[in-house]
Amino acid sequence: MEVIAFSILSAIVLIAAFCVIAARNPVHSVLFLILAFFTSSGLLVLIGAEFLAMLLIVVYVGAVAVLFLFVVMMLDVDFVELKQGFLNYAPFGGVVALVFFAEIALVASAMGASRPEAFDASPNAETNVEAIGQVMYTDYLLLFQISGIVLLIAMIGAIVLTLRHRPGVRRQSVEDQTGRKRADAVELKDVRPGQGI
Amino acid sequence: MELTLAHYLSLSAALFTIGVFGIFVNRKNIIVILMSLELMLLSVNINLVAFGAFNGDIKGQIFAMLVLTVAAAEAAVGLAILVTYFRNRGDIAVEDVNLMRG
Repeated sequence: MEVIAFSILSAIVLIAAFCVIAARNPVHSVLFLILAFFTSSGLLVLIGAEFLAMLLIVVYVGAVAVLFLFVVMMLDVDFVELKQGFLNYAPFGGVVALVFFAEIALVASAMGASRPEAFDASPNAETNVEAIGQVMYTDYLLLFQISGIVLLIAMIGAIVLTLRHRPGVRRQSVEDQTGRKRADAVELKDVRPGQGI
Repeated sequence: MELTLAHYLSLSAALFTIGVFGIFVNRKNIIVILMSLELMLLSVNINLVAFGAFNGDIKGQIFAMLVLTVAAAEAAVGLAILVTYFRNRGDIAVEDVNLMRG
């Protein structure tokens, strides 16, 4: 049963991944990327890593893929022109990919058929989240904090890179607003009747 | 037939190979290159989780989480660079990105 589910899900992942790199329209590429992430989170659920599967959906589908979608739609680029040369590079890329796959297969076969291990994604704990939390906040606290800093730096970097001050744009000047005195704004005139100012 | 580690390892090897192939094939389109990078990181994540799960060790999932963090940061910064480059040049053809070469 599990093998059948695995086969279906992994076939979907591989087909979606191939469509990501082969689709003409990059919006379709992003949508296939989302499909690949969804199905691979299903694969993670299959071996008991539920928390990571949910994280994959939240982070990748909710943040990264949407970011890609924004950029693809915001940039006014002629994607047909960018797609040219696909077939020129395909033989070379195919050779490199084949060599790569052969290397991985060689290493995997040298390792031998792995022994059937204990199938346990959450050892010493009730749930997967509890198991992760017990190790992450004790043994790997430093790495956890460092990954937070990595995210902070990435956020600051992205803001700094994309922020721009255009000239000629009216902006609010808070210090001018709060430093305004009554004398600058209002003037009392003594108007005599029938004469006007 | 039971689900084994070899299943997951072969899947992630194939996924990684597709990612490498995508980088070579889409040399001009940097957005698809970034997506191929995400695919490769996904295959690494699957690999880590599978090793962790089949060895009864939770550390694989923790490292997969760290990889996820780095992947998100990389996507954000990469796309920010892409937007800035598009603003300056008007297109995103990456074949002539050698402005910084001395």
